[in-house]
Amino acid sequence: MAADTQLDSWEVFMQSRPGANFTHQGSIHASDKKMALQNARDTYSRRSEGTSIWVVPTNEIAASSPDEADMFFDPANDKIYRMPTFYTMPEGAKNI
Amino acid sequence: METAQSTLPKEEMLLAKFEEKTAAGEAIEPRDWMPEAYRKHLIRQMSQHAHSEVIGMQPEGNWVTRAPSLRARQILLAKIQDEGGHGLYLYSAAETLGITRDEMIQQLHSGKAKYSNIFNYPSLTWADIGAIGWLVDGAAIVNQVSLQRTSYAPYSRAMVRICKEESFHQRQGYEIMATMMKGTAEQREMAQDAMNRWWWPSLMMFGPHDTDSPHSADAFRWKIKRHTNDELRQKFIDKTVQQAELIGLTVPDKDLRWNEAKQGYDYGKIDWEEFNRVINGHGPCNKQRLSHHIRVHNEGAWVREAAEAYKQKQKNN
Repeated sequence: MAADTQLDSWEVFMQSRPGANFTHQGSIHASDKKMALQNARDTYSRRSEGTSIWVVPTNEIAASSPDEADMFFDPANDKIYRMPTFYTMPEGAKNI
Repeated sequence: METAQSTLPKEEMLLAKFEEKTAAGEAIEPRDWMPEAYRKHLIRQMSQHAHSEVIGMQPEGNWVTRAPSLRARQILLAKIQDEGGHGLYLYSAAETLGITRDEMIQQLHSGKAKYSNIFNYPSLTWADIGAIGWLVDGAAIVNQVSLQRTSYAPYSRAMVRICKEESFHQRQGYEIMATMMKGTAEQREMAQDAMNRWWWPSLMMFGPHDTDSPHSADAFRWKIKRHTNDELRQKFIDKTVQQAELIGLTVPDKDLRWNEAKQGYDYGKIDWEEFNRVINGHGPCNKQRLSHHIRVHNEGAWVREAAEAYKQKQKNN
């Protein structure tokens, strides 16, 4: 018999209330989507922590590497015009 | 141009960078470089922690069918379900270090991985369910609150979630003890008996004294641990004694005394020989706990096989 695979790994994302972002909770094991949703509910929402759940196969997630962090998340200090504070507003302008 | 640092071997540079991060209190994520010893220490600690949650369901499961009321039974079932959930959070977090769930279970079954020694004691009466929730979960909470700030981020996140849920466990246990202490003489005796049996093993849960703790140097430098075994044990004693006194329970330690100077209790000698005897397999329930886990795991194999077969069938359709 092959090794006991303990089924596939899935990442769980949950929305805590309608309109909120989906936030990563952790992972669970399941063999298909339906079981993954049920296991995610049982594992990460026993106290009405969620109103909606996403499950994604762990091996389908592409993640940036910590080594690339500098390149990926360059603070773009040379592009400060992306910040609202860059702009000079006329004296006395309101609600802007 | 070559700087002095870049002439160091790569491994040393990575280690220096890693230690700089942990020293600054920064979190380590699964894809960050980490020393092998850090990875190994965490796998050992986290898998042991996960196994403890799962094995810990057994002494409580023993009382589900005999809980004294429907309310008590519902609460106990919810608590046991939480313990299973906590095991799952921790297994998932440990898997991010590159060990599989199957390997962890194999290590539990072979005896390579341990679980908390406390679960090798039996739950003889209903008062034991009270004592487990109040003392065992109480001790676990003190440890887990400290681990919320552990340097490995998935472990820390699991701890935050677990701590949120554990306070119900401790309160339900204390409620059982308080209720029994307001009951008949026989019920009070039962509660005191449970206190007598669980107090010392609960103190042992924090592990050996700091002077005899084999795994701590790296664990502190890398901020896996932030408080010593003795610090945490002291914290647990200091908060628990008042709770015992309030409901009329006696702490079974004739040397227990308030020490004004250290603002904490002095306590008697812990019987480490008993601890070693139990952890090395000679406790009252070691064999039973492990053989139950192995049996249930093997008997559940067909469920996992059926789930895999169903997945294949869906794919082929």
